[in-house]
Amino acid sequence: MTTDFFQYIVSGLTIGAIYAMVAIGYNIIYSVTEIINFAQGEFVMLGGLFAVFFAGPLHFPLYLAFVCAVGMTGLVGMAMDRFVIGRARNASVMSLIIITLAVSIILKGGAMLWWGKDPHSLAAFSTGGPIRLGGVAIQPQALWIIGICALIIIALTLFFRKSIYGQAMLACANNPDAARLAGIPVKYMVLLSFVLSAMIGAAAGVIITPVSMMEYDRGALLGIKGFGAAVLGGLGQFFGALVAGAILGLAESFCAGYLSSGYKDAVALVLLLLALFLKPEGLFGSGEARS
Amino acid sequence: MGRKNWLILLGAAIFIAAFPWLVAQFKAISHYVDVMVFAGIFSLVCLGLSLLMGYAGQISLAQAAFFGIGAYASGILTTKFGFNSLVAMAAGMTISGAIAWLVGVPSLRLKGHYLAMATMGFGVIVNIVLAEEVNWTGGPSGMADIPPFRIGTFTIDGEIAWYYAVWAVVFCALIFCFHILHSRVGRALRAIHEEERAAESMGVPTARYKVRIFVLSAVFAALAGSLYAHYVACVNPSSFNLMWSIRFMLMVMVGGMHSLWGAIVGTVLMTFVGNEWLQVFAELEILVYGAILLIVALFLPGGIVSLVPGRIFRRKAPEATLAEGAGS
Repeated sequence: MTTDFFQYIVSGLTIGAIYAMVAIGYNIIYSVTEIINFAQGEFVMLGGLFAVFFAGPLHFPLYLAFVCAVGMTGLVGMAMDRFVIGRARNASVMSLIIITLAVSIILKGGAMLWWGKDPHSLAAFSTGGPIRLGGVAIQPQALWIIGICALIIIALTLFFRKSIYGQAMLACANNPDAARLAGIPVKYMVLLSFVLSAMIGAAAGVIITPVSMMEYDRGALLGIKGFGAAVLGGLGQFFGALVAGAILGLAESFCAGYLSSGYKDAVALVLLLLALFLKPEGLFGSGEARS
Repeated sequence: MGRKNWLILLGAAIFIAAFPWLVAQFKAISHYVDVMVFAGIFSLVCLGLSLLMGYAGQISLAQAAFFGIGAYASGILTTKFGFNSLVAMAAGMTISGAIAWLVGVPSLRLKGHYLAMATMGFGVIVNIVLAEEVNWTGGPSGMADIPPFRIGTFTIDGEIAWYYAVWAVVFCALIFCFHILHSRVGRALRAIHEEERAAESMGVPTARYKVRIFVLSAVFAALAGSLYAHYVACVNPSSFNLMWSIRFMLMVMVGGMHSLWGAIVGTVLMTFVGNEWLQVFAELEILVYGAILLIVALFLPGGIVSLVPGRIFRRKAPEATLAEGAGS
């Protein structure tokens, strides 16, 4: 009974780390541009499938496949900003939603053409069986996921707190006009935000693929659950995203374990709706959601 | 509604009335009547969505879910409980409207993207429920043998009867929408769209009007879903997923979201594209839809009707319609 309980906690935290990374992807673009990127989930899908491509047909070692997949997805994010978002600088919120949705469909369709409709698997990052801790089996990959997620969060926090580029990006978020007057190239900061969030999404995709495989149409669901974490944690809040991701992951894992595995995908969405209804500024938010 | 719209309506009605006779002259396209029945059903969804997008400035990604609620309400209530078709239809519309109200009231208080995400989440939940509640909905394989639409002793039977019934409903809905736009609510909506804060400070209860339009769009979608269920006689969850919500949005965008005529033109065109002309692309379909959506959103935000010279379909100068859109 209690071993089950701890088992669910482990798997909930693992998937929660993924949601947190997706949520951070939303947060980066949102804090610089106030755009909600509906293609965020597709970055995760692309990361996983690119890693499959580099590690499978091209026989790259795993760490290199990881780096290449993240890099390729970063290029996709760059292209998205250069060729699409850049053309719609003054578009309304509604047109931007439609535009990012269109990009997400195109990425999904492209992935279907390239990789087909079947799920693809990827080897785990380290060999060896699960680690046993008093009856609870922990897959080494779960540790990889939580570790890499923690590393990314630390690196991002340092980036935004200490580096000049991070500070410049935050300045764009606060007031783009003032940032431009202060000599910050806002255009490049927006580009950087898209590349960065594509890469983080891709990293999440690569590390989750050994656990749950990856196929072309996983993006939308991962994306919206990540958005749930972003809203629950407060849009633009990195630490909030982390906590909210863990909450969503745990809720989902407990639902699958104790209630119904068929409805586990609905749990995160119900929490998203509840968060929007009850506390749209999120657990750690600043209250700017209200119009 | 103005005289101009009545004239267009009359022209459209004559064309629609003559359409089955016209295509019957050519064997190769005689099945177009069937395609037009679907186009009519989808037009109902898109009319509501067009009011929501073009006039209330909001996006819903749950229209396919409301469409599905209407379809399944009709399917379940008529097959499992022996309800009258009309009562089942009304029940579906009521449920849909009530849910839209529940989702709309909180999320329409927030900024633009929240309704889109809330409805996207809600749409996915509906799809999960449709697939999971096997005893009621038949699960992923859906329900079959939904009885034909019957009012008293009269049954809508056959393609031609369905064609005229559906399009009669579409025209009624269209006239209803025009009346809304020319009422107090319609003027308020236009004010909201042009300058929301100004409208608010003039005492227009913006959130309440947006909620009403959202509820109306859900009711229209449920009505369409009910007709759909009776027409095709079998339904399954894949007709009501996120991709279909995006398709409905695409139909409205292609026609032009600031004109109710645009919604109908776009729907008919995209239904033919989807059901007939795009079949050659098969696998590429989704990619083509994405490309069309992107191109329209970036380069033709006013849709097809904005290409029509003069002011036939438009009430206002184009810059008032999507001034803030399209990256101009």
